[in-house]
Amino acid sequence: MEFKDYYQLLGLARDASADDIKKAYRRLARKYHPDVSKESEAEARFKEIGEANEVLKDPEKRAAYDRLGANWRAGQDFQPPPDWNAGFEQPGRGPSGRHPGKEDYSDFFETLFRQGFAEAGAAHGDRAGPRGGLHANGEDHHARIQIDLEDAYHGGKRSLSLRMPQMDEQGRVTSREHTIEFTVPKGVRAGQHIRLAGQGGPAIGQGKPGDLYLEVSFRSHPRYRVDQRDVYLDLPVAPWEAALGAQIEVPTPAGSVELTIPAGSGAGRKLRLRGRGIPGATPGDFYFVLQLALPPADSESARAVYAGMQSQFKDFQPRARLQEGPS
Amino acid sequence: MNANKRSIVTEVLILEEQQDLTLDQLCRACSTEVEQLMALVDEGVIAPLGGEPTRWRFTGVQLRQARVAVRLQRDLGVNLAGAALALQLMDELDALRARLRAMGVSL
Repeated sequence: MEFKDYYQLLGLARDASADDIKKAYRRLARKYHPDVSKESEAEARFKEIGEANEVLKDPEKRAAYDRLGANWRAGQDFQPPPDWNAGFEQPGRGPSGRHPGKEDYSDFFETLFRQGFAEAGAAHGDRAGPRGGLHANGEDHHARIQIDLEDAYHGGKRSLSLRMPQMDEQGRVTSREHTIEFTVPKGVRAGQHIRLAGQGGPAIGQGKPGDLYLEVSFRSHPRYRVDQRDVYLDLPVAPWEAALGAQIEVPTPAGSVELTIPAGSGAGRKLRLRGRGIPGATPGDFYFVLQLALPPADSESARAVYAGMQSQFKDFQPRARLQEGPS
Repeated sequence: MNANKRSIVTEVLILEEQQDLTLDQLCRACSTEVEQLMALVDEGVIAPLGGEPTRWRFTGVQLRQARVAVRLQRDLGVNLAGAALALQLMDELDALRARLRAMGVSL
């Protein structure tokens, strides 16, 4: 198993005081709290520093950890010394504070500090369910997921791979890949949470397994922008389409539509397709934002057309607005 | 020992779109006691419909706010008012981030 450098995780020297440990933990906990942080690895980091704090704040555990010596490096392959536990009473005292499930801790922590946890937990009753006995609901897990905008329109099958620690028959902690397949619910928006029932941490006894919550964001799309329920598309049109009006075929995530450009439109004009944004009980709207695309003046005849416009629109003042300055 | 496990999940829902949750359901979803949720209502962090606690009905958005408030208190040692303030600021941040994204600014 990998050695964990708890001091390094909290950014502390080995002689840190209890107060230093508390401060460092609190500072990092605020930074990596999964509800607060936008970092992709926030939950994993939060668990790591939680584990480090669990050991270093407890004088007994810290002393035991320090006895391993200062020469170990994080990530180094580690086996506990043969005399581990000698003269050291560590009856798997249940972690305080967060009450994480077994699955929240590293193999390293489990081996050193939590062997025999289940029995000790029963004796202390600290994870007992409301009816007594050793039953506890599994911890809810959190992760982030990026989906395509199209998934929100149509729903779509997705699979997600997580590494899940688990106990084998001998009570050793191993981890294995767990692939979860599910259908993205139609109408989901960025910032919302999808709940996958029963896919969180395992239950103890007859408790219920935890749920897995996925915070949704949209993968950035080359064409569409999303604001809450509404979806925007910058739509280039030719000057004559904007000036004279046109019927054009345009793409939306729900399929292509015939759009009428009203005569006399200018750049920046928004055309709305009501209810064609992200679907739902109150569906969003879809907006086309017109942009003018100019044909290149790269031939004699093309330049002649622009010159013709120039003489035709002698009084046209494209910068009229700039002259209405505040002064 | 390292065999892959596959699960197909059929029970998928959008947390924020639930409606008409009772105080009891909220307690279970937040893994907390009634008193802590009553305190959140008292502080004005979440405002249920319905006059008295037995008739209270919560939305999925309130469920999420309650979960976050409960976890911030538990994990970061902030008090109720601090959790309420953090929630409010996080909402503002989310709204600003969404605005930026809608303007095409990648974050």
